[in-house]
Amino acid sequence: MSISIASSPHVARVNRVDRVMLQVLAGLAPGVLALTVFFGWGVLINIALAVVFAVLIETAFLLARRRPVLPAIGDLSAVVTAVLFAISVPPALPWWLTLLGMLFAIALVKQLYGGLGYNPFNPAMAAYVFLLVSWPVPMTTWLPPAMLAEHALSFGESLQLIVSGALPTGLDWDAISAATPLDAMRTQLDEHLSIEVIRQSPLWGLVGGRGWEWVGVAFLLGGLYLLWRRTITWHIPLAMLASLGALATLFWAIDPQSHPSPFFHLFSGAAMLGAFFIATDPVTASTTRRGQLIYGAIIGATVFVIRTWGGYPDAVAFAVLLMNIAAPTIDYYTQPRAFGHSRGRT
Amino acid sequence: MATPSDWKQLFADGLWNNNQALVALLGLCPLLATTTSATNGLGMGLATTAVLVLSNVTISLIRNLVRPEVRLPVFVLVIASFVTAVELAVQAYFYELYLVLGLFIPLIVTNCAIIGRAEAFASKHGVKPALLDGLAMGLGFTLALMVLGGLREFAGQGTLFHQAHLLLGDAARGLSLSLGEDFQGALIAILPPGAFIGLGLLIALKNVIDKRLAARASAQGIKTNREVEQSTAATAL
Repeated sequence: MSISIASSPHVARVNRVDRVMLQVLAGLAPGVLALTVFFGWGVLINIALAVVFAVLIETAFLLARRRPVLPAIGDLSAVVTAVLFAISVPPALPWWLTLLGMLFAIALVKQLYGGLGYNPFNPAMAAYVFLLVSWPVPMTTWLPPAMLAEHALSFGESLQLIVSGALPTGLDWDAISAATPLDAMRTQLDEHLSIEVIRQSPLWGLVGGRGWEWVGVAFLLGGLYLLWRRTITWHIPLAMLASLGALATLFWAIDPQSHPSPFFHLFSGAAMLGAFFIATDPVTASTTRRGQLIYGAIIGATVFVIRTWGGYPDAVAFAVLLMNIAAPTIDYYTQPRAFGHSRGRT
Repeated sequence: MATPSDWKQLFADGLWNNNQALVALLGLCPLLATTTSATNGLGMGLATTAVLVLSNVTISLIRNLVRPEVRLPVFVLVIASFVTAVELAVQAYFYELYLVLGLFIPLIVTNCAIIGRAEAFASKHGVKPALLDGLAMGLGFTLALMVLGGLREFAGQGTLFHQAHLLLGDAARGLSLSLGEDFQGALIAILPPGAFIGLGLLIALKNVIDKRLAARASAQGIKTNREVEQSTAATAL
């Protein structure tokens, strides 16, 4: 038996990929729990399917590229991609869309570019956008939160729905699906209803949609855990939430009847998930401190612009992908000055 | 001067080695915009081929009359004339295809592949090689457009050569292939991103094939043409 002896300082190494990924998974736990409580077993089934598909596809591509399999699978990056994807998609998504999504994320966006660390785009978000653009109907068919559902799907019914697309007897899609709060808000604002009128529906809770706002709170808690563990820094999440919140506050102050409150924006859709877990992806985000502030702020602003005037109800995936392209340029122009060097460009 | 081996070389270059779409990456605007189906790709490719052949021949004919200082405007003028003629012909004979391809037929005039061949080949060679070059390059371009169009159509709609009768007459109805109405295709394949992803995959595929071929050739040892000829002669005997 050998005892490894290390000299001081005795600090846990935090920069190992698998450790970072494990912490991200731990940080996602409250959000996953909240999603499962409000939206049923489908969330967990989707996660399981996506993880299995992602690991299998990653293994196949690593073998085809003649790369060592175990280190790449063991770093858990494919698992994190799968979980992020699975909690972004509707809980009743047919299994083959999850398969196609993972194929796109792992094979095309990650492995064809050279694997973890070389991918210019966030794989989970690229897959989400790929599916949203290609199959808009299943990708926007959300279930209502549990307290509003006429019929809560059991585990067996959820599994059957995902695997075979068969609905429980006596129910149709209209009975079990519901618009997301962002979608409902948009549709009714387009009909020139005032927010006072819109909010009379039982769909709404304290600030956002019932159930949905608590999912946002859960992701916020998980994000704070990541900040506490220093897995991520505060720059991107704060910049993103602040710019989204500031723009929302501005328009809300001007016209509170046709622009929802900043809290609605912050606790709806994927704002919290995006700010702490997606925009902070160390591979595809900006890496300089100033760059991260710019990167996060433009994501937040883009989310607000697309939510308010764009063609889709939520926009975190689009905003993140757009800024992924811009990240290298932002990094180039925000290189910190090395100590002792002059400010001017050489 | 055009010996059979020259022809072979011209066609090998046009269809594969120097494919205007997959290697030279020229003419990407029509390539990306009109390849939403195999039929559209084929139509666009044939229109481009017609212009390419006609302009190559004409430019080869006048190559000694045009002063080098003004050659580019003259080339553009020649190409534009043929594009106009082809556009009118498509409008007259394939009106529905014309509606689909729309603006992109007049835009053939800006297709860099055409002025590229005029400048790089036709203005330096005789009529016959210029004609063959135009034909080979045009067919290579057509092939790339048709394959990309076919891939996008198949992934997006689950059909192949849908509406081929617009281009090839009623006899081509049998060419159409369909996976049925229920097929839920990937809409993105028909949308502009699908063109970029599809083209990227096609180029990657071609590079992989080239790499494999090169690896096989170097594994077998490099044989000179003479040795190959001798060995074939020996087997023939």
